[in-house]
This record gives sequence, structure tokens and C-alpha cells, in this order.
Amino acid sequence: MAENNTLGDSLRRHGVSRRGFLKFCTATASLMALPPSMVPAIAAALEKARRPSVIWLSFQECTGCTESLTRSHSPSVESLIFDHISLDYHHTLQAAAGEAAEAAREAAMHENKGNYILVVDGSIPLGNPGYSTIAGISNLQMLEETAKDAAAIVAVGTCAAFGGLPQANPNPTGAVSVSDIIKNKPIINVSGCPPIPTVITGVLAHFLTFGTIPELDQYNRPKVFYGQSIHDRCYRRPFYDKGLFAETFDDEGAKAGWCLYKLGCKGPMTYNACATTKWNQGTSWPVESGHGCLGCSEPRFWDAGGFYNALSVPISDNSQTVAFAAAAGLVLGAAAAGLNYKTKDEAQKAHANVTVDDLEKTS
Amino acid sequence: MSVFEQKGSEAVSNRAMPGMTHNTLPLLHEVRHALERLLRTGESTIIDLRAIPFGPGDEERLLSLLGEGEVAATLDALGRTTVRESRFSGVWIVDHYNSEAERIAFQLEVIEIPALLRAQTEDMYQSLGALDSVLNAEMHGPE
Repeated sequence: MAENNTLGDSLRRHGVSRRGFLKFCTATASLMALPPSMVPAIAAALEKARRPSVIWLSFQECTGCTESLTRSHSPSVESLIFDHISLDYHHTLQAAAGEAAEAAREAAMHENKGNYILVVDGSIPLGNPGYSTIAGISNLQMLEETAKDAAAIVAVGTCAAFGGLPQANPNPTGAVSVSDIIKNKPIINVSGCPPIPTVITGVLAHFLTFGTIPELDQYNRPKVFYGQSIHDRCYRRPFYDKGLFAETFDDEGAKAGWCLYKLGCKGPMTYNACATTKWNQGTSWPVESGHGCLGCSEPRFWDAGGFYNALSVPISDNSQTVAFAAAAGLVLGAAAAGLNYKTKDEAQKAHANVTVDDLEKTS
Repeated sequence: MSVFEQKGSEAVSNRAMPGMTHNTLPLLHEVRHALERLLRTGESTIIDLRAIPFGPGDEERLLSLLGEGEVAATLDALGRTTVRESRFSGVWIVDHYNSEAERIAFQLEVIEIPALLRAQTEDMYQSLGALDSVLNAEMHGPE
């Protein structure tokens, strides 16, 4: 349960020196993607930070988000942060089950009323509550009653943030996101499939440090992590600017590390921190390992056209095809849209990519 | 010979990673501006290298260009931290690891001396108490 000890007290009790504390603050600033000049402010805030209660609910999900967090690595920063939060309910990680687990959740809600952080992964089925229940309680009912007295909600993963894979066409369970249901609480969306583990802990660290939610973008994602597109932060970007593209996954361009745009990379429309934070302890990330970005942190990424179609391939919705044509400066009209549709259809059949230049030629 | 062609920069070159080390020289320009600012105004700069979109070979080339200076120190606080002065005086490479030897922060500090190398006031107060205990025990024997 949450305690009154500050993080400063906790670290001193563990024999951590001031140097160690400053190092912890430096790593926390890096974790939160804040500038190093913020370290003194972080040190002052963390010195006084108190142990918050966290309730973690998992709904229609694959456990990938929890795996991302727990299988990443256990550096001191995340360990200390997780030592310092009181994870009072997480049915994948906790030892208690059944009624005892639900009693722990209710006790945490009661004792920390108005102050606990609610973390949710997974989407919520509205089509039929029977698709996903916990201890006989529907996901919708559990979310509504747990969110009622939460200080803030962190929707972890694209399923909780936007509906994700369960919501993909034809959405058999009627899956919706947390923000489709809860309208009266601050919600921080930490999207990704799965989200980057340090982004999850970075958001919790921000709340722990400053007691506030970070600045959010139009999709309620923290701007420090989702403020720039993958494309803008990609180390392959200079190749895009020079017009140097890999045409297949094993051609000379691919071997030379050229831009993966024509191979379907969704970097230009995807906002996430993979390009700098990377994965597996900073070892690499999809584009560095030679595969384009799938756009997994964006709403409806699963239904946004083929993973291997270049962004300039018209997407299936005809109204959006017309909008695309307008954006590309093409002449509008049924003939143009029809031509694009035909081009797209042929491209899909041949598994070929179509560029803006190709479309301009056909129109 | 330009500054980029001096000894120590040969180990990793553009030939080793053709066309892939796009962010090294812009970063080195940033370091140069920071060093100039430090000399002119006394204002220090810390650059978080984990926030830079490094591609394959970028980090190696940067470290190669920065080279080794006269000072190197190791801290043992919540894991190992190495503090190395580059061959450019006032430019320090600070590499933080946790107790499991995993990197948790990686910075360039453009400063006279990195703050972590200084003795911290809180620790010195604790040392004062510890010294009193030692002296007390030595003069009066263990209680």
C-alpha cells in the first residue's frame, strides 16, 4: 500500500549516496526525455516524492505490454521507480487470485481514494460483456468502477489507447478504447504494440516526480515521446531527402541502408520514440534492422492499408482516396478517383508499390 | 590537417560505414559551439546522447573523433559510471551504467569538471559524522 516515505528517504535508507541520487536523477531525466538541465529540478522534486498506489487492469490484450515492461531489463532507474510505486493490483503479476485479488483492488481503491494511478492495457468489448471478464466482472464494469476515484489513467498500448487489434475490422467484440468510455478523468495514452518499456516507465516517472501529467498531443500521448515523427528522427532520413530508396529488401539500396519508404515504411505518419530510445537496451529498432515502421502507435494502424504498401498507395476507403488525391494536388473527380482505385487494385494484386510520381503519371 | 583528420580518427571512418554516420559531424559542431560558449560565458552544456538518433557507426565514429584525454575516473554509485575527458579539454564523456552493467544514460558534458566528480555537501556531512565515530572509537575504544 502507499506510504508516506519520500523517495529521498527511501534511497538514503538503502545507503544511496548523494552522487548516486544525482546519477539516478540524470538517468530519470534521460528516461523522461527531459533535457539534462532539468536534473536539479528533478532532484528537488524526487527528494519529496511520495509513494503512489498503482492499480493495473488488463482487458482484451495479449500481455505484450506487460511483457515489454517486465522482459525489457531491470536497470536501477526502473527498479527504483517500481520499488517506489505500490503496485497494488496487476492480475498477471500478483500472487493473489480470485476473491483475494479483487479484495486487494478494492482495498487499494478505498485507501487511496482520489490519489491512485490506474493503468489499463487492452481494449474493452462493448458488443458482448462475455467476451472478456475478470472474476465474473465485465471489463466495462471494472473500468468504470476503478476509474471513478483514480487521480489519472494511463492507457498502455494501442489497444487501450485506440482500440488496437481487437478493434480491427470487423471488430467482432465491439472493442473500444479507454477514452471512448471514460470522459471525466485525465487520460495519458502510451500507444505502441507494444509500447517502448522506457516510455511506460518514463510516464510513471513523470507523475511520480512532478505529480502532474506530461504535456500531451492531439491523441493524448506525451509530447516528449510522441512529439516527432519516426521519419523526422530516422537516421535514414538523409537518404529520403536525397531520393535514395531501397526497392526490395535485399537490393543494393537495402544493403547500403537507404530509405525504406517504398517498402512500406510508415515512419512519416507515425509518432513514437523508437528512433532514439530503440529496443532491447538500445540495441536496435525495426528500421535499423532493415524493416519499415508498421505505424503501431497510431490509431487504426492495422486497417491502414498493407504494411508493405508505400504510403502513396491509395487506401481502400474511396472518400479517403479522393482526399489523398486532393492532397497530392491532382485533379478531382470521379475519373481520377476511379483511376487511382484501379491503380491501387493493380498494385495490390501485383504486390507492387506505387509512388506519388507513378500516380502523377497515370493522371 | 583538419581537426577531423588528427590522430585517433582513423579507427572508424566513413569508409567503414558508407554514408551511414550522418549525425556525427552535426553533433561535433554542437560540441564546438558549447565549448566556445563555456569559454565566453562560463555556461556549461550537457548533451544527452540517448536523445540523438544515432545510426550504425555513429557512436563509434563520434567517440573515435573525440579521442582520449588526460583524465579518466570511475564512480561506483548505483552501478559504475565512467567519466573520461576527451582529447578536447573541457569536453567530457560520461557513461552511466546500472548494477547489472546496462547503460542507463550517456552524455557529453562541456564543463570544467563534471558535477558528479565533486564531493557532494550531503555526503560530506555524513562523512563528518563517520569521522567523529572513528576518532571517538580510536581515542576511547569501542563502546
